[in-house]
Amino acid sequence: MKTFNNSNGAQSESTLVKYGLIFTAICFLTIMLLVPLITIFIEAFRKGIEAYFLAFNDQYVLQAVKLTVITALIAVPLNLVFGVCASWAIAKYSFFGKSVLITLIDLPFAVSPVISGFVYVLLFGAQGWFGHWLIENDVQIIFAAPGIVLATIFVTFPFVARELIPLMQEQGNDEEQAALLLGASGFQTFMKVTIPNIKWGLLYGVILCNARAMGEFGAVSVVSGHIQGVTNTMPLQVEILYNEYNFVAAFAVSTLLAILALLTLVLKYSLEWKAKKQLEKLKEEE
Amino acid sequence: MRLNFNILKRPKSSIPGFGLTMGYTIFYLSIIVLIPLLALFTEAFSVGWEKFFSATTDARVVESYKLTFYTATIAALVNTFFGVIVAWCLVRYEFFGKRVFDAMVDLPFALPTAVSGIALTTLYSHQGWFGKYLEPIGLKIVFTPIGITIALIFIGLPFVVRTVQPALEELEVEQEEASSSLGANRWQTFYKVILPTIFPAVLTGFALSFARALGEYGSVVFISGNMPFKTEISTLLIITKLEQYDYAGATAVAVVMLFISFAMLLVINILQRWSSKRRGMEAI
Repeated sequence: MKTFNNSNGAQSESTLVKYGLIFTAICFLTIMLLVPLITIFIEAFRKGIEAYFLAFNDQYVLQAVKLTVITALIAVPLNLVFGVCASWAIAKYSFFGKSVLITLIDLPFAVSPVISGFVYVLLFGAQGWFGHWLIENDVQIIFAAPGIVLATIFVTFPFVARELIPLMQEQGNDEEQAALLLGASGFQTFMKVTIPNIKWGLLYGVILCNARAMGEFGAVSVVSGHIQGVTNTMPLQVEILYNEYNFVAAFAVSTLLAILALLTLVLKYSLEWKAKKQLEKLKEEE
Repeated sequence: MRLNFNILKRPKSSIPGFGLTMGYTIFYLSIIVLIPLLALFTEAFSVGWEKFFSATTDARVVESYKLTFYTATIAALVNTFFGVIVAWCLVRYEFFGKRVFDAMVDLPFALPTAVSGIALTTLYSHQGWFGKYLEPIGLKIVFTPIGITIALIFIGLPFVVRTVQPALEELEVEQEEASSSLGANRWQTFYKVILPTIFPAVLTGFALSFARALGEYGSVVFISGNMPFKTEISTLLIITKLEQYDYAGATAVAVVMLFISFAMLLVINILQRWSSKRRGMEAI
């Protein structure tokens, strides 16, 4: 890595400016990020370790954890399959309207989470397009678990695809074509050539997708109906506990989500490093 | 006139699976994203123009738009200023804890918005670490637009840093050397050589941060206090209207916001193209 520190004269800043900038950056990040993060843990343990663990000895909290995990277990694999299909279709072929398709895949990121939940209420709510049919057939989507899963799928929709598309475009078709020429079937080629090439990017996308799936609040809040023990995910349970002035419990549940976030960051950072290496290796081979 | 049906034709490629993967992509995209969004627009049309107009120009709604825009703009400006400094330090300098700070920049992406919401509210409330010192000097943060702005700064923080960082990394040292050997001082070099090169990236970061702030909900509801005409942002108003079963009103507000989001998406796409062009890369 290049360092610019020891270049002299007008090519680098004076020491005063340099340390001033570093000081400003560290202060900003500490006040805006580090202190709020620490607060979560301090508030959770404010009344001692026992009070902290007592918060988890609550049926509603446990059910919220369970629903969160189930939701992620459905949403993440579905978006993973989609992500692989979409990036295969986009990266391996050239066709008309490709950039439009990529923009459409990214669309859920541009939509406010509240609107993401709201569109499903319009479709499946009592007054919605399919509302009548659903009531007649006694199927409940809104204010029930399926609505939560749908809203979660919507907000996490682009994660895997947007990681894989540039990666697969960069890698091109050469290796797959070689495998096919040597007699491998399409599926064998995919499993033995493509997957090893994209595995880090794939994992990266899945980790980000999972973090958002477990932590989504706005979209899920609109479709959930906030029935404790039935349609509450962990972030929604945090809101309820907080509004009941049960701060220790609210922050205790928050610590689980914060640990998940920190774990995500660590994995993300190490995977970015691995993916960079993989790309460098590819470029060297060229 | 002959229509171009190229899109329907199988593209020439020896790789199998185009029909399957493309078919599934379009199917899944349609049922999860396109049809639900279409439902929103259809609903808006069925409301009728007059009702739509009165719902979107209602004083409370207009006030919420104003507040949302105003707080999102300030938050994005603050993030742009500090984001460039942070990106600069992370790229150019070595300092203690640099890697940790670098990784931590993404925290707002990873932390659930409800969690950041309650953490910020606790910090800035009158008993909190920051609020304790700010309230006696007359600076009330919680339940005011300042609080909303702080939450939006938190949520938009990674965008500027993460768009400016690669632009700074690619910057060629030769340009700076040329500039300084031609007699420019450091500030002139920054202002006239570095800044113009990274400017599109800075603007992209601003737009991304602003767009995210417009639609934010989770981190804001706790700190804002949600008082109509005072601290009620547009996304919250949609939820309030929904809870009152005012579907027409909620749809109207949502459609206006969605149009603004799409316009922002277009602007961001254009900016990103400009940014990669400016950096001498081919537009992707």
